[in-house]
Parts: sequence; C-alpha cells; structure tokens
Amino acid sequence: MRPLISVVNLSKTYEGGFTALHDISLEIREGEILALLGPNGAGKTTLISIVCGIVNPGGGSVTVDGFDIVADYRQSRERIGLVPQELTTDAFESVWNTVSFTRGLFGKAPDPDYIEQLLKDLSLWDKKDNRIMQLSGGMKRRLMIAKALSHEPRILFLDEPTAGVDVSLRQDMWGLVRRLRESGVTIILTTHYIEEAEEIADRVGVINRGRIVVVEDKVELMRKMGSKQLTLDLHDTLDQVPEALAEYGLELQNDGQQLVYTYDVHRERTGITALLGALSEAGIRFRDLKTDQSSLEDIFVNLVREQE
Amino acid sequence: MNWRGVLAIYRFEMARTFRTLFQSVVSPVISTALYFVVFGSAIGSRIQEVEGVSYGSFIVPGLIMLSLMTQSVSNASFGIYFPKFTGTIYEILSAPISYLEIAFGYVGAAATKSVMVGLIILATAGLFVPLEIAHPWWMLLFLLLTAITFSLFGFIIGIWADNFEKLQIIPLLVVTPLVFLGGSFYSVDMLPPVWQKISLLNPVMYLVSGFRWSFYELSDVTVGVSLLMICVFLGACIFLVWRIFATGYRIKT
Repeated sequence: MRPLISVVNLSKTYEGGFTALHDISLEIREGEILALLGPNGAGKTTLISIVCGIVNPGGGSVTVDGFDIVADYRQSRERIGLVPQELTTDAFESVWNTVSFTRGLFGKAPDPDYIEQLLKDLSLWDKKDNRIMQLSGGMKRRLMIAKALSHEPRILFLDEPTAGVDVSLRQDMWGLVRRLRESGVTIILTTHYIEEAEEIADRVGVINRGRIVVVEDKVELMRKMGSKQLTLDLHDTLDQVPEALAEYGLELQNDGQQLVYTYDVHRERTGITALLGALSEAGIRFRDLKTDQSSLEDIFVNLVREQE
Repeated sequence: MNWRGVLAIYRFEMARTFRTLFQSVVSPVISTALYFVVFGSAIGSRIQEVEGVSYGSFIVPGLIMLSLMTQSVSNASFGIYFPKFTGTIYEILSAPISYLEIAFGYVGAAATKSVMVGLIILATAGLFVPLEIAHPWWMLLFLLLTAITFSLFGFIIGIWADNFEKLQIIPLLVVTPLVFLGGSFYSVDMLPPVWQKISLLNPVMYLVSGFRWSFYELSDVTVGVSLLMICVFLGACIFLVWRIFATGYRIKT
C-alpha cells in the first residue's frame, strides 16, 4: 500500500545551531492512527510543523499523497488539517466566523451545511455566535479541531490534543478521534500520555533527540518488546532470596512477602516450570500468583533510556 | 491563485475594522476635525490664502495624506503582526496560499480601510471649507497608489517587528515627521531656500504635492515627478516584500 505521507531523511537545524531532527524517515499509511511519542524537545512538533508548512525543512524530503510539501505545497497542504498544541485563536471572533475563515483560507467554497454539521458533531452548535473568548478550555480545544476539519482534510495532525484536558474530556476526545478515523481521516497525534497511544493508536512511533527510535504496530510492539512478570505471594516472609534461586534473577518485594520473576514471553522456555520446581525444592510455599504484561509506558521508558 | 484564501484574509481584516469602528474610522475623523480647528481657524486666520486658495482648503489634501499614510501603515502592520503575536499565524502558514496571496489579503484590506478613512475625511472637510477637485481621477489614483504603497510599507514593518514598541517606532519616528515636513500644511515655496532644497529629499513631499495638484492644480514639483516618485516607492516596497517572502524572514524558522 502506498504511504499517504512519506518522510525521507528529513533533518532540521535551527538558526541557533540546535538540531531538532536527524535524518528522519517515516511512512504514514492511509486511514491509520499513528501516535508519536517522545519526551519534551524530542522533535515531535518540529516534524509536524515541517509537514504542515510552518517550519522550513533542512534536508530530506516529505511527500503528502505523492505531492512534495515544498514544490507542490498547495496540493499537499489542502489535504492536511492541523490542531496545534497551543490554543491560539482570535479571541474576539465568533465560532462560526473563525471556522468559516479557515475553510476560505484553504480555498474551499462556503458550505454552511457542512460547517453546521461539523459544529454539531463537536457540540459547538449552540455556541456558534459566541465569541471565542467566551468559550471554556474544552470548547476551545474542540473549536481548534473544527477549524482543522473545516476544509475536509484527509489527514489530521493533533499536536498534544489532550494536554491539560480533564479525564472526561480526554475520553470524549478519544471517541472523536476514533469516529474521525472511521470516516476515513488519517490521524497523526503526538502525546506525552502513553495511555493515550495505548488506547487509540494503531501504530506507535517513538522519537527521541531528533531520531526515530522505533515505529511499529502497537500490538506488535508490545508483543515484541514487552516482558511479563510473575508475582508470587509467599506463605512465609523471606529475608533474602535463597542462593539456590539466584539464577532466576528474582526480586524480593513488599517486605519479603512477594517474589517477582521477570521473563521474556518470546523465549522458547520461559523458565516458569523450572522456577516452580526450584521453589518447591527450596521449601518455599506460596499462597497466590499472578502475571502482568508490561505496558506501552514501560516500553517507551526503556527505549528512551536505552538511547540515553 | 487561491482567491478564496485572499478573500478570507480580506474579509477577516475588514471585519476587524467594523468591530473596532471607533478606533478605525471615527478616531481619525475626530483628529481631522481638530486639525481644522487648530490649523484652519487659528493659523488660517493669519495666513488667509496660499496661491489663491484659502488656507483651510489648502491643507485638506495634506490632512487626507497624513491620515492615509499613517492609517495604511498602522492597519497593515497590525494586521500581520497580531497573528504573529497571538500565534494564529500558524493557520496562514499551513494553508495552501502563497506569500503573494497573503500580501494581497492584508495589504488590500489595509489599503481599503485607509481609502475609506481618506474619503470620510474628504467629506468631513467639505463641512468646514469649500472644496474643489480639479482632477478627480488623478485624485483617486494618488489616493490608491499612496494607500497601497504605505500599506505595503506597514506590512513590512509588521513582519519586521517582534514587539509592540518596534511596531510603533517607524510610524511615530519616521512616517509622521516626514508627513508633517512634507508640505502637508504649507507650500514648500513658503520655506527659506535651504529648507526648500532639503524638502526635496523628503519622499512624502512628492506625494502630497501630486495629491494637492489633483485638487487645485497647485504643486511644489510637477505631477509627473510626483507620480514617478510614488511608483519608485511602490516598487521598492514590492521588492522588499518579495525578498522577505523569498527568504522567509521573520515568518518561518
């Protein structure tokens, strides 16, 4: 399948000498939700800003639906909607006017029916005549999305869409993103919240210090890079892990009441059977046991840590 | 051409004018009325006539030019500076619209507003003094060329400025003095010979002179020179805007 967005060896060094992107290559598929994860200053916003035309690229190239973002900027930009991180709006303008303005800016003929439906979908219809300054933070966030969708783009960039948003609104936002994907919009979102990527993304890209660390299908990433932990609730507390069990790398937790065994699910032998046998031989009894899969957050933290 | 994009910017800017009607339109009219009171009545009563035209009528073209230039500069500079200041410039930069089209939108709106103000002042002046316009089409041509040129100049200032002080500094320290010293309220012939020569270095003098000629056929330099000077200034502004866009100066990093 041809990628909808293709980033090839993209680099960017700002005037002050700071290199935000080092030869990044990335392909984004039509209809997917790609989450870009990375710590502050990793280069996420620079990458988005270059694709959208706000920042000049340094080296490399970017094509959107086959159109180069520099040579064919009109064709590439009309396919993209952007919701920036900051709530930057003209405070004195009305909701209806600002959304209509964006549609016009993108060269689209006025379509009051579409704008009406858009505002209704985003629960802003009853605020259409209100000035933006009269809206709550959550409404402003939705308004930014309405503006980004006003010209019916095929691609939507959401830069930290739920930063500073309460839990309830975050759930609403995730629902909206899913609905947009169902309508055929390709979505690229950057986020600090790993659970956001875990919740809604199809693929996850980790970016750190201007380099792509990994881009992988979310489930596959968790399968490949995730580890599992077996936790045993002991019958009798231990002061230390017995010598006979040293080879298993066990951790004693909860004041000696729990033994934790970390294992790789992809290895041919997980070592669980042998461990249980060794525990029995050592006379260690347990009351209960449970297993935990590592989260995307654990994977992310490990990946970033490895880079550093 | 993305004409819808140009129109969107134009309408947005014009809507801002009507939202701030007092500041945009009423305020310059009041200022002009005050000029008539001070210059027309107080000074005019001593000067009487300049080359057969009453002093009150004589200063009308100068007053219109003063407002036209200052309004053009402030409208255009604020128009492009404000989105930079609030961050909404991202929307313009990410839209499928060329730099030329962006300039069309902002400069077109700024020039429209200042022409509106100029015509309102002309109408207001008609209430105070008798007016005649010998060459109305030339008057409109000068009005439009000056409005477009100074709106382009304001657009350049708006892009260059990175704080409100810089936004004000050129209009206050350069444009206004040049307009006042450019024969807005007097004929250059009334100055001592040395100052007449110095006045020839003031580009605004040529614009005021040409504009006044379209009213009373009185001018400090020939109308052809006035027209040439405004075309040179317009060309210089277009060149600067083109260079700004070619390099992305202070717009894109």
